[in-house]
Amino acid sequence: MTDDHSVDDRVPPRNGLDLSRRDTLKGGAVVAAAALTGAAPGPAAAATDVAPLPSAPRHGLRLQTTVNGTAVSVDIDTRTSLLDLLRERLALTGAKKGCDHGQCGACTVHVDGRRVASCLTLAAKLEGREVLTIEGLSEPGTLHPMQQAFIDHDALQCGYCTPGQIMAAVACVAEGNATSPERIREYMSGNICRCGAYVGIVAAIEDAAATMGRG
Amino acid sequence: MHPFDYIRPATPQDAVAAFANAEAGARYIAGGTTLYDLMKLDIERPPLLIDVTAIAGLGEVDIGDERLRVGALVPMSTIAADPDIGRDYPVLAESLAKAASQQLRNMATVGGNLLQRTRCMYFRNGADGAFPCNKRQPGSGCAAIDGLDRGQAVLGTSASCTAVSPGDWPVALTALDASVEIVGPAGARRMLVADLYRLPGDTPHLEFSLTPGELITGIEIPRPAAGSGSTYHKIRDRESYAFALASAAVVVQRDGDLVSRARIALGGVATRPWRATEAEDLLVGQPLTIETALAAGRAAFSTATPGHHNGFKLELGARTVADALLIAAERSRT
Repeated sequence: MTDDHSVDDRVPPRNGLDLSRRDTLKGGAVVAAAALTGAAPGPAAAATDVAPLPSAPRHGLRLQTTVNGTAVSVDIDTRTSLLDLLRERLALTGAKKGCDHGQCGACTVHVDGRRVASCLTLAAKLEGREVLTIEGLSEPGTLHPMQQAFIDHDALQCGYCTPGQIMAAVACVAEGNATSPERIREYMSGNICRCGAYVGIVAAIEDAAATMGRG
Repeated sequence: MHPFDYIRPATPQDAVAAFANAEAGARYIAGGTTLYDLMKLDIERPPLLIDVTAIAGLGEVDIGDERLRVGALVPMSTIAADPDIGRDYPVLAESLAKAASQQLRNMATVGGNLLQRTRCMYFRNGADGAFPCNKRQPGSGCAAIDGLDRGQAVLGTSASCTAVSPGDWPVALTALDASVEIVGPAGARRMLVADLYRLPGDTPHLEFSLTPGELITGIEIPRPAAGSGSTYHKIRDRESYAFALASAAVVVQRDGDLVSRARIALGGVATRPWRATEAEDLLVGQPLTIETALAAGRAAFSTATPGHHNGFKLELGARTVADALLIAAERSRT
C-alpha cells in the first residue's frame, strides 16, 4: 500500500507522529474491524481493514472481491456503490466523490483493467472482479510514471480531481487513446477539472504515454 | 435510496422467471449507468434488481455478410472501438464514440442503452416534490412546458410531455432499420428498434413498448447496400461528453450523382428516436448539394412545435441534417 507515499494525502508530521491523513482515517476504521481470514498481509493490506456496518442491513450480501491485489470479503448493504465501499469501508479515500452521478470523473478506478465511474458501479457487481485504485497504482516508495508526469507538468491546482484524472489517464494510454493532444482531450472528457488545469493534464499524459511505451 | 434485493441469474430463462416471481417493480440491471443513477435520485425504486451481466452468450459480436449481430451485454466502448464496425457501419461506431465518457462506455451495455431514460431536468430533479412531472408521476403536470425548456423536444411532443429521448445509439439503429431480440414471460420475439419507443401522448410514463418482464438479449442490424455512406453527426453545448442539442444519423445510397435512397434519423430534438421520412422522400432522385441537403433538413422539421426557449433547434437541427447528408454522401460511392 502506498499510505506513506501517495501523492494526494501526505500531511506534515505532527506531535512527533508520522501519520498520513489516510492512516488517521484507517485507525478510526480499524477499531472494530471485522477479522478476515486467508488474506495475507501484502502491499495492499490496508484494503482488508474493513470498517463494520453500524447495523446489519435489511438487504445485504457478502461480497468477495479483490482490491489492489488483496482479497476482500465484506458484508454490504445492496445499495452500496463501489465508491462508498472504497471510501467508507476500506479507508481507500483516493477516489473522490464529486457529483456521485457519473458526470465528473473524480471517482474513476479500474475494474478488471478498464476505467469505470465507481460512484455508478454497484459494489455487488464486483463479485470476483479486480479493482485497482490510485492507492494500488504503484509499488510503495515509487510513483507511477503518470503520477510523476502530473507533478512535473503542474497538472493540478486543488488536487481534488487528480486521483480520478490519473486513473483515467493511465487507462487512456493503455487503450491506445493517448496518440495526440486532440485524442487525449476527447478521451479524457469524462474527467472535469474545476481549477482548469487541462493544459498541464494533457501535457502530463503525452509525457507519460511516451514513458509508458504507448502513444 | 429505497432498499432492494439483488440477484444474479445465469440464464435469460432464470432472469425472466425471477421477474415473474417478484413483487411489482422489479428491474433488470446491466451496466446500471441509468438505473442506479435514477435510484439515487429516488425516481426509480425497484424492490428487486435482477443483474443480467452473468448471463452467458449475450456478449458476442458477429459481423456477417448480410447483417451485424451484437449481444445485449456488449459494452458501448467495444462497439465504438471495433475497427470492422467503424469501416462497415460508421454511423454505429460514431454514435457510440460520441456518447457519454469512456468510463461510462466501459460500464454501459448496448442493450441497456436502448432503455436510457430522459435527461429532462424537471424529470431528474423533482422527486422531492419540487417539480411536477407526468413521466415521473402520471397526472401531476409538466414543469418543463412553461419552464426552462431550452433542452426540450420540438418533434413528437404532447401537452403532457416534451422530454427528449436522450440516446445516440438508438438513433443510429433507427436509421439502419435495426431490430432487437427479446425474451419474456410469453417467449421470444423480435421488434424493430423504431417500434421500441412510444410517443408521450397522454401517457408519457409509458416510454417503451416492452411488456413487463421482457429482456432485450441482442440487436440485429442489416448491412447497408454496398457503396452506401453513413455518419452520425452530433452537435452539443460543448465539444465532448454532452447530450445532443441536435444530432442526425444518416445513410446515403447513390446511383451516379443522384440519391437512390436516404435514411435519416434525428436525436436531441424529439421525444423518441425520430425517423425523418419526409426529408428522405425529398432526396430520392436528387443530386446531393448544399441546397438539396438543407431543403431536406428543413423538411425534417416542417412539423416541429418549438416552445419558449428551444426554437433554435429547428435551424440547428436542419443544418445538422444537411451537414450529415454531405458527410455521408462524401463517403458513398456508386
